[in-house]
Amino acid sequence: MSLFSDRGVVLRTYKLGEADRIVVILTEGHGKIRAVAKGVRRTTSKFGARLEPLSHVSLLVWSGRSDLDIINQAEIVDTFRTIREDLDRVPKGISLLEVADQISQEGLADPRLYQMLVGALRALSDTAWNPELVAPAFFLKVLGLEGSAPVLDACASCGARPSSSIGRDSDRHIAAERTPERATEDEAGDLVELVAFDLVVGGMLCQGCRRGRAVSAEALDLMRRILNGSLSGVLRGVQPGSEEVTQIATEAMETHLDRRLRSVRSAVGA
Amino acid sequence: MYTGPLRSLIDELGRMPGIGPKSAQRIAFYLLKAPLEDVTRLSNAIVVMKERTTLCSICFNISEGGGLCDVCDDAQRDGSILCIVEDPRDIVAVERTHRFKGRYHVLHGALNPLEGVGPDQLKIAELMERVGNEPIAEVILCTNPNLEGEATAMYLAKLLSRTDVSVTRIASGLPVGGDLEYADELTLGRALDGRTDLTTVRDGSTTI
Repeated sequence: MSLFSDRGVVLRTYKLGEADRIVVILTEGHGKIRAVAKGVRRTTSKFGARLEPLSHVSLLVWSGRSDLDIINQAEIVDTFRTIREDLDRVPKGISLLEVADQISQEGLADPRLYQMLVGALRALSDTAWNPELVAPAFFLKVLGLEGSAPVLDACASCGARPSSSIGRDSDRHIAAERTPERATEDEAGDLVELVAFDLVVGGMLCQGCRRGRAVSAEALDLMRRILNGSLSGVLRGVQPGSEEVTQIATEAMETHLDRRLRSVRSAVGA
Repeated sequence: MYTGPLRSLIDELGRMPGIGPKSAQRIAFYLLKAPLEDVTRLSNAIVVMKERTTLCSICFNISEGGGLCDVCDDAQRDGSILCIVEDPRDIVAVERTHRFKGRYHVLHGALNPLEGVGPDQLKIAELMERVGNEPIAEVILCTNPNLEGEATAMYLAKLLSRTDVSVTRIASGLPVGGDLEYADELTLGRALDGRTDLTTVRDGSTTI
C-alpha cells in the first residue's frame, strides 16, 4: 500500500456505482493504471473535468490492496481543448487513446509510449499542423516501438531493394538475408520497384512478389519520412498520399492488435 | 452456500447494475423476511413496469401503454423549442428546474467512438425528421458536458446548421455552491467564455 504521484493521460472512463468512475490512465512511471475517482460524476466534484478522456494530468494516487487504485488529487497539465472542441479532431484524438490503451500494459512503465502519446496529442491540438497525418504517424511510430515497424526500404518477401535505397543502414539486415540468386540479379542491374503493401508480411513488396494493397510512390515516401525522423516536416501542410498512408497505418495497427479500431471506423467526423 | 430459490434470487439481483454479491445477499434476505404482500407488490410492480412501459413515438421519452409521453401529450407545451437530451432521466433533471416549457427529444445515448456508438445507433435520423416536419424554431443541445456529450452536440450542430432552426448549447460553468479555487481549468475557462453582462437591462429591470 502506497501513495504515489505521476503524470498521465486519461485514456477512457467507465461509470462506477452512483457517482464514481473507473479511470484508465497511461502514466509515465507506472504504466497503465486503473483507478477509482470518487464522486467525479457529481457537479460539485473536486475533480471536475480533469479526469475526462484526453486530459493530461498530474496525479496523486493511492495504491492499496485492491486491483483498483484510488485517485486522491488531479491537476491539469493540458486539457487539449483544441481537440475537444473540433469535431474533426475528436475521433483522431480518441483513436490515439484507443491504440495507447491496447498497446500499454497495466503496471508496466513505458515512458516512450507515454511521451509519444503526449507528443501526438500536442501535434493534434496545434492548429499550425495538419491533423490528418497525426494518427497514422502515431500508429506507424508505435508499431516501430513494438518492434513491428513496416519494412519500407526493401521487398519484405524476397529482400530485394530498389537501387535508390542501397546503402541505407536500416536495410543491411534485410540485405544479409537475401538469397544469393536474388542478390546476383540486383548486382547485375535489375531495378526493383516497391509497389504493394502486404499486412501479413508487414511491409512493401516488389513487382515480382506483389500482393495486397497497391501503394503509390508518394505514399511510400511519406511513410519513410514519418519513420525516419522527418515527422515535423510531414505534418506541415497537406501531403500527397495521405489517405493511402492513413489506410495502411490503420490496417497495419489493426493487424498488429488483432482487432478493429472502433474509433477510426466511427463515422463521427464524417 | 445457498441453494434453490434463494440462490437464484441472489444471482438475479447480482446481475443488476451497482449491486454486488453482498448487496444481492442483503436484499434477498430482506425479501425473505418481508411480508408476502410486500414482496408480491414489488414483483407485480416489476412485471407491470416491464409490460406497460414503452417509448413515446414522437420524442422517445418513457411513456405508458404505447401512447405519447406526458410532455408530448401536453398541449400547453411550446412546440417551437426542442431540448435534446441523451437519456429519459435527463428530462427529469431539466423538468426539476421549472425553467423549460418546450418539448424534448431523447437520443438514447451519445456518440462514443471507443464503444462503437455512431450516429446510426442514436435517434438522430428521427430528430432530423422532426425538425423537418414540426414548426421548431430553436433546438437546445442539452447533452452531458463530457467528451461524448460534447462530440454529440458538435455533430448535431453541424447537421442542424443545414436547416433553418436556431441551435443553442446549454451553458457550461461553475456549480452553484462550489468553490472557485477547486474549479478545474476547463470548466473555469468555459465559465469565463460564457460570462454574462450583469448591467444589461432585462424585462424592464436590471439584473443586479
